[in-house]
Amino acid sequence: MISDRLKRNALLLIPLLLLVAACMTTHDRLLDMDTSQVQLRSMQSRAFDTTDKEKTMRAIIATLQDLGFMLDRADYTLGVVTASKARADAIQAPASLRVTVTVRPRGEKQLLVRANAEYMRAPVTEPKPYQNFFNSLEKAMFLEAHQVD
Amino acid sequence: MGTSLRIGSVLLAILILLTGCAAVTLDKDLNLTPEMLAQRQLQTRRFDTTDEQKILKTCAALLQDTGFNIDETETRLGILTASKDRDATDPVQWAVFLTAAIFLGVPIPPDDNQIMKAFVTTRPVGEGGSQIAVRVVFERIVYNTERRVAKIEALNDPTMYQSFFEKLSKALFLEAHDI
Repeated sequence: MISDRLKRNALLLIPLLLLVAACMTTHDRLLDMDTSQVQLRSMQSRAFDTTDKEKTMRAIIATLQDLGFMLDRADYTLGVVTASKARADAIQAPASLRVTVTVRPRGEKQLLVRANAEYMRAPVTEPKPYQNFFNSLEKAMFLEAHQVD
Repeated sequence: MGTSLRIGSVLLAILILLTGCAAVTLDKDLNLTPEMLAQRQLQTRRFDTTDEQKILKTCAALLQDTGFNIDETETRLGILTASKDRDATDPVQWAVFLTAAIFLGVPIPPDDNQIMKAFVTTRPVGEGGSQIAVRVVFERIVYNTERRVAKIEALNDPTMYQSFFEKLSKALFLEAHDI
Protein backbone atom coordinates (compact mmCIF):
# COMPACT_ATOMS: atom_id res chain seq x y z
CA MET A 1 0.00 0.00 0.00
CA ILE A 2 2.69 2.35 1.11
CA SER A 3 4.74 1.67 -1.98
CA ASP A 4 1.70 2.46 -4.14
CA ARG A 5 1.31 5.84 -2.52
CA LEU A 6 5.01 6.47 -2.85
CA LYS A 7 4.83 5.67 -6.52
CA ARG A 8 1.92 8.06 -7.01
CA ASN A 9 3.75 10.78 -5.14
CA ALA A 10 6.85 10.19 -7.18
CA LEU A 11 4.83 10.45 -10.36
CA LEU A 12 3.57 13.84 -9.17
CA LEU A 13 7.01 14.94 -8.15
CA ILE A 14 8.68 14.28 -11.48
CA PRO A 15 6.71 16.84 -13.53
CA LEU A 16 7.15 19.29 -10.69
CA LEU A 17 10.91 18.78 -10.73
CA LEU A 18 11.01 19.17 -14.47
CA LEU A 19 9.10 22.41 -14.17
CA VAL A 20 11.48 23.78 -11.57
CA ALA A 21 14.53 22.65 -13.50
CA ALA A 22 13.25 24.40 -16.60
CA CYS A 23 13.01 27.71 -14.75
CA MET A 24 16.53 27.52 -13.35
CA THR A 25 19.17 29.02 -15.53
CA THR A 26 22.91 29.37 -15.42
CA HIS A 27 23.09 32.04 -18.09
CA ASP A 28 23.90 34.77 -15.56
CA ARG A 29 27.46 33.41 -15.86
CA LEU A 30 27.74 35.16 -19.22
CA LEU A 31 28.70 38.46 -17.62
CA ASP A 32 30.26 37.17 -14.39
CA MET A 33 30.53 40.12 -12.05
CA ASP A 34 31.63 38.48 -8.84
CA THR A 35 34.54 40.57 -7.67
CA SER A 36 34.90 44.27 -8.06
CA GLN A 37 35.80 44.79 -11.70
CA VAL A 38 38.31 47.53 -10.97
CA GLN A 39 40.18 45.41 -8.44
CA LEU A 40 40.25 42.42 -10.78
CA ARG A 41 41.43 44.50 -13.74
CA SER A 42 44.25 45.92 -11.69
CA MET A 43 45.57 42.50 -10.63
CA GLN A 44 45.29 41.25 -14.20
CA SER A 45 47.16 44.17 -15.80
CA ARG A 46 50.74 45.37 -15.97
CA ALA A 47 52.37 48.16 -17.95
CA PHE A 48 55.69 47.71 -19.75
CA ASP A 49 57.97 50.54 -20.88
CA THR A 50 58.00 49.61 -24.55
CA THR A 51 55.93 50.31 -27.63
CA ASP A 52 57.10 47.23 -29.50
CA LYS A 53 53.88 45.26 -29.77
CA GLU A 54 55.41 42.45 -31.82
CA LYS A 55 58.23 41.86 -29.35
CA THR A 56 55.80 41.95 -26.43
CA MET A 57 53.44 39.47 -28.04
CA ARG A 58 56.34 37.17 -28.92
CA ALA A 59 57.50 37.30 -25.30
CA ILE A 60 53.97 36.45 -24.11
CA ILE A 61 53.80 33.48 -26.45
CA ALA A 62 57.29 32.29 -25.46
CA THR A 63 56.35 32.56 -21.78
CA LEU A 64 53.16 30.59 -22.27
CA GLN A 65 55.10 27.95 -24.20
CA ASP A 66 57.69 27.81 -21.40
CA LEU A 67 54.87 27.26 -18.92
CA GLY A 68 53.68 24.28 -20.93
CA PHE A 69 50.64 25.91 -22.50
CA MET A 70 49.33 25.03 -25.95
CA LEU A 71 48.21 27.88 -28.17
CA ASP A 72 44.53 28.18 -29.08
CA ARG A 73 44.42 31.54 -30.87
CA ALA A 74 46.69 34.43 -31.67
CA ASP A 75 46.03 37.60 -33.62
CA TYR A 76 48.62 40.31 -34.04
CA THR A 77 46.20 43.02 -35.21
CA LEU A 78 43.91 42.57 -32.23
CA GLY A 79 46.83 41.91 -29.90
CA VAL A 80 45.21 38.77 -28.49
CA VAL A 81 46.74 35.45 -27.47
CA THR A 82 44.74 32.57 -25.96
CA ALA A 83 46.43 29.44 -24.68
CA SER A 84 45.48 26.55 -22.45
CA LYS A 85 47.11 23.87 -20.39
CA ALA A 86 45.38 20.66 -19.42
CA ARG A 87 46.65 17.47 -17.86
CA ALA A 88 44.98 14.21 -16.89
CA ASP A 89 45.92 10.58 -16.38
CA ALA A 90 44.50 7.37 -14.95
CA ILE A 91 44.46 8.73 -11.41
CA GLN A 92 44.11 12.44 -11.99
CA ALA A 93 40.93 13.96 -13.37
CA PRO A 94 41.28 16.45 -16.24
CA ALA A 95 42.22 19.88 -14.93
CA SER A 96 42.60 22.83 -17.21
CA LEU A 97 43.90 26.33 -17.08
CA ARG A 98 43.12 28.77 -19.87
CA VAL A 99 44.61 32.22 -20.31
CA THR A 100 43.79 35.07 -22.66
CA VAL A 101 46.39 37.81 -22.85
CA THR A 102 45.76 41.12 -24.58
CA VAL A 103 48.22 43.87 -25.47
CA ARG A 104 47.25 47.47 -26.11
CA PRO A 105 48.97 50.86 -26.04
CA ARG A 106 48.93 52.78 -22.77
CA GLY A 107 49.78 56.39 -23.42
CA GLU A 108 52.65 57.20 -25.78
CA LYS A 109 55.44 55.15 -24.25
CA GLN A 110 53.89 52.06 -22.71
CA LEU A 111 52.02 48.90 -23.52
CA LEU A 112 49.38 47.48 -21.24
CA VAL A 113 49.32 43.70 -20.93
CA ARG A 114 46.24 42.13 -19.45
CA ALA A 115 45.82 38.45 -18.64
CA ASN A 116 42.55 36.71 -17.89
CA ALA A 117 42.74 33.20 -16.47
CA GLU A 118 40.09 30.55 -16.16
CA TYR A 119 40.67 27.48 -14.00
CA MET A 120 38.38 24.49 -13.78
CA ARG A 121 35.42 26.35 -15.30
CA ALA A 122 35.71 29.39 -13.02
CA PRO A 123 37.42 32.76 -13.37
CA VAL A 124 40.66 33.21 -11.44
CA THR A 125 40.18 36.11 -9.05
CA GLU A 126 43.16 35.69 -6.69
CA PRO A 127 46.18 37.97 -7.33
CA LYS A 128 48.90 35.30 -6.83
CA PRO A 129 48.53 33.38 -10.13
CA TYR A 130 48.63 36.66 -12.08
CA GLN A 131 51.73 37.76 -10.16
CA ASN A 132 53.42 34.48 -11.05
CA PHE A 133 52.52 34.90 -14.70
CA PHE A 134 53.85 38.47 -14.88
CA ASN A 135 57.02 37.44 -13.03
CA SER A 136 57.61 34.83 -15.72
CA LEU A 137 56.79 37.33 -18.45
CA GLU A 138 59.19 39.94 -17.03
CA LYS A 139 62.06 37.49 -17.53
CA ALA A 140 61.15 36.93 -21.18
CA MET A 141 60.68 40.67 -21.78
CA PHE A 142 63.88 41.76 -19.99
CA LEU A 143 61.69 44.60 -18.73
CA GLU A 144 60.04 45.43 -15.45
CA ALA A 145 56.27 45.04 -15.17
CA HIS A 146 54.64 48.07 -13.58
CA GLN A 147 51.54 47.77 -11.48
CA VAL A 148 48.79 50.10 -12.75
CA ASP A 149 46.24 51.86 -10.53
CA MET B 1 29.62 -12.64 -6.63
CA GLY B 2 29.44 -10.89 -3.26
CA THR B 3 33.21 -10.59 -2.90
CA SER B 4 33.74 -9.39 -6.44
CA LEU B 5 31.12 -6.73 -5.88
CA ARG B 6 32.87 -5.65 -2.72
CA ILE B 7 36.24 -5.51 -4.42
CA GLY B 8 34.62 -3.55 -7.23
CA SER B 9 33.14 -0.97 -4.90
CA VAL B 10 36.43 -0.62 -3.01
CA LEU B 11 38.24 -0.05 -6.31
CA LEU B 12 35.66 2.49 -7.35
CA ALA B 13 35.97 4.32 -4.03
CA ILE B 14 39.77 4.47 -4.45
CA LEU B 15 39.37 5.77 -7.99
CA ILE B 16 36.96 8.49 -6.88
CA LEU B 17 39.28 9.44 -4.04
CA LEU B 18 42.25 9.67 -6.37
CA THR B 19 40.47 11.75 -8.98
CA GLY B 20 40.13 14.45 -6.35
CA CYS B 21 43.64 15.80 -6.97
CA ALA B 22 44.12 17.95 -10.02
CA ALA B 23 47.14 17.73 -12.26
CA VAL B 24 47.18 21.40 -13.20
CA THR B 25 47.08 23.82 -10.29
CA LEU B 26 47.04 27.58 -10.01
CA ASP B 27 49.97 27.51 -7.59
CA LYS B 28 52.53 25.90 -9.80
CA ASP B 29 51.43 26.18 -13.41
CA LEU B 30 52.04 29.89 -13.95
CA ASN B 31 55.46 29.76 -12.32
CA LEU B 32 58.59 29.07 -14.32
CA THR B 33 60.48 26.10 -12.88
CA PRO B 34 63.93 24.71 -13.79
CA GLU B 35 62.18 21.63 -15.24
CA MET B 36 60.26 23.87 -17.64
CA LEU B 37 63.50 25.48 -18.76
CA ALA B 38 65.05 22.04 -19.29
CA GLN B 39 62.10 21.23 -21.53
CA ARG B 40 62.83 24.35 -23.55
CA GLN B 41 66.38 23.12 -24.11
CA LEU B 42 65.10 19.81 -25.45
CA GLN B 43 62.47 21.36 -27.70
CA THR B 44 64.51 24.16 -29.28
CA ARG B 45 67.11 24.36 -32.07
CA ARG B 46 68.78 27.32 -33.78
CA PHE B 47 69.28 27.64 -37.51
CA ASP B 48 71.70 29.97 -39.33
CA THR B 49 69.20 31.95 -41.35
CA THR B 50 67.25 35.18 -41.10
CA ASP B 51 64.33 33.92 -43.14
CA GLU B 52 61.72 33.22 -40.47
CA GLN B 53 58.91 32.74 -42.99
CA LYS B 54 60.84 30.05 -44.83
CA ILE B 55 61.30 28.15 -41.56
CA LEU B 56 57.58 28.40 -40.77
CA LYS B 57 56.67 27.23 -44.27
CA THR B 58 59.04 24.29 -43.98
CA CYS B 59 57.62 23.40 -40.55
CA ALA B 60 54.09 23.49 -41.97
CA ALA B 61 55.11 21.22 -44.83
CA LEU B 62 56.94 18.86 -42.46
CA LEU B 63 53.92 18.61 -40.15
CA GLN B 64 51.70 17.95 -43.16
CA ASP B 65 54.09 15.23 -44.28
CA THR B 66 53.69 13.56 -40.89
CA GLY B 67 49.89 13.65 -41.12
CA PHE B 68 49.11 16.78 -39.13
CA ASN B 69 46.42 19.31 -40.08
CA ILE B 70 47.25 22.97 -39.53
CA ASP B 71 44.96 24.62 -36.96
CA GLU B 72 46.25 28.12 -36.33
CA THR B 73 48.98 30.29 -37.80
CA GLU B 74 50.20 33.84 -37.28
CA THR B 75 53.27 34.51 -39.39
CA ARG B 76 53.87 37.93 -37.87
CA LEU B 77 54.34 36.30 -34.46
CA GLY B 78 56.04 33.12 -35.66
CA ILE B 79 53.32 30.67 -34.64
CA LEU B 80 52.04 27.42 -36.07
CA THR B 81 49.76 24.87 -34.42
CA ALA B 82 48.66 21.55 -35.87
CA SER B 83 46.83 18.44 -34.79
CA LYS B 84 45.87 14.95 -35.88
CA ASP B 85 43.38 12.34 -34.69
CA ARG B 86 44.79 8.82 -34.48
CA ASP B 87 43.91 5.39 -33.14
CA ALA B 88 45.10 4.70 -29.57
CA THR B 89 43.94 1.13 -29.08
CA ASP B 90 46.29 -0.91 -26.94
CA PRO B 91 45.87 -4.74 -26.87
CA VAL B 92 47.24 -4.94 -23.30
CA GLN B 93 44.63 -2.48 -22.09
CA TRP B 94 41.90 -4.47 -23.79
CA ALA B 95 43.11 -7.62 -22.00
CA VAL B 96 42.99 -5.77 -18.67
CA PHE B 97 39.55 -4.40 -19.52
CA LEU B 98 38.14 -7.83 -20.36
CA THR B 99 39.67 -9.45 -17.26
CA ALA B 100 38.36 -6.70 -14.98
CA ALA B 101 34.92 -6.76 -16.56
CA ILE B 102 34.55 -10.54 -16.39
CA PHE B 103 36.09 -11.28 -13.00
CA LEU B 104 35.45 -8.09 -11.05
CA GLY B 105 32.45 -6.71 -12.84
CA VAL B 106 34.21 -3.36 -13.04
CA PRO B 107 34.41 -1.96 -16.54
CA ILE B 108 37.54 0.17 -16.98
CA PRO B 109 37.07 1.51 -20.50
CA PRO B 110 40.22 1.14 -22.63
CA ASP B 111 41.76 3.90 -24.77
CA ASP B 112 40.21 4.47 -28.15
CA ASN B 113 41.63 7.46 -30.01
CA GLN B 114 44.06 10.31 -29.45
CA ILE B 115 44.35 13.88 -30.64
CA MET B 116 48.02 14.70 -31.11
CA LYS B 117 48.96 18.35 -31.11
CA ALA B 118 52.03 20.26 -32.21
CA PHE B 119 52.81 23.85 -31.30
CA VAL B 120 55.70 25.50 -33.19
CA THR B 121 57.13 28.95 -32.50
CA THR B 122 59.97 30.72 -34.27
CA ARG B 123 61.89 33.78 -33.16
CA PRO B 124 64.97 35.66 -34.27
CA VAL B 125 67.92 35.21 -31.90
CA GLY B 126 71.60 36.01 -31.81
CA GLU B 127 73.34 39.27 -32.74
CA GLY B 128 70.99 41.36 -34.87
CA GLY B 129 68.69 38.39 -35.31
CA SER B 130 71.22 36.43 -37.34
CA GLN B 131 69.66 33.12 -36.35
CA ILE B 132 66.15 31.72 -35.97
CA ALA B 133 65.25 29.61 -32.97
CA VAL B 134 62.55 27.02 -33.55
CA ARG B 135 60.69 25.43 -30.68
CA VAL B 136 58.21 22.61 -31.04
CA VAL B 137 56.01 21.10 -28.32
CA PHE B 138 54.01 17.90 -28.73
CA GLU B 139 51.07 16.91 -26.59
CA ARG B 140 48.28 14.37 -26.78
CA ILE B 141 44.75 13.90 -25.50
CA VAL B 142 43.63 10.29 -25.25
CA TYR B 143 39.94 9.40 -25.25
CA ASN B 144 38.55 6.08 -24.03
CA THR B 145 35.81 4.01 -25.64
CA GLU B 146 33.20 5.95 -23.63
CA ARG B 147 34.36 9.14 -25.39
CA ARG B 148 35.76 10.55 -22.16
CA VAL B 149 39.24 12.00 -21.64
CA ALA B 150 41.54 9.26 -20.32
CA LYS B 151 44.80 11.12 -20.48
CA ILE B 152 46.24 14.53 -21.42
CA GLU B 153 49.99 14.56 -21.44
CA ALA B 154 53.00 16.36 -22.82
CA LEU B 155 55.10 14.13 -25.05
CA ASN B 156 58.58 14.37 -23.59
CA ASP B 157 60.47 11.63 -25.36
CA PRO B 158 63.72 13.29 -26.57
CA THR B 159 63.87 11.05 -29.66
CA MET B 160 60.62 12.58 -30.99
CA TYR B 161 62.14 16.04 -30.88
CA GLN B 162 65.46 14.89 -32.26
CA SER B 163 63.76 13.26 -35.21
CA PHE B 164 61.58 16.33 -35.85
CA PHE B 165 64.61 18.59 -35.96
CA GLU B 166 66.59 16.14 -38.07
CA LYS B 167 63.81 16.17 -40.65
CA LEU B 168 63.53 19.96 -40.46
CA SER B 169 67.26 20.32 -40.84
CA LYS B 170 67.25 18.15 -43.97
CA ALA B 171 64.32 20.04 -45.49
CA LEU B 172 66.01 23.38 -44.83
CA PHE B 173 69.51 22.26 -45.95
CA LEU B 174 70.71 23.86 -42.71
CA GLU B 175 72.39 22.51 -39.63
CA ALA B 176 70.42 22.53 -36.36
CA HIS B 177 72.28 23.93 -33.35
CA ASP B 178 71.40 23.37 -29.71
CA ILE B 179 70.53 26.45 -27.72
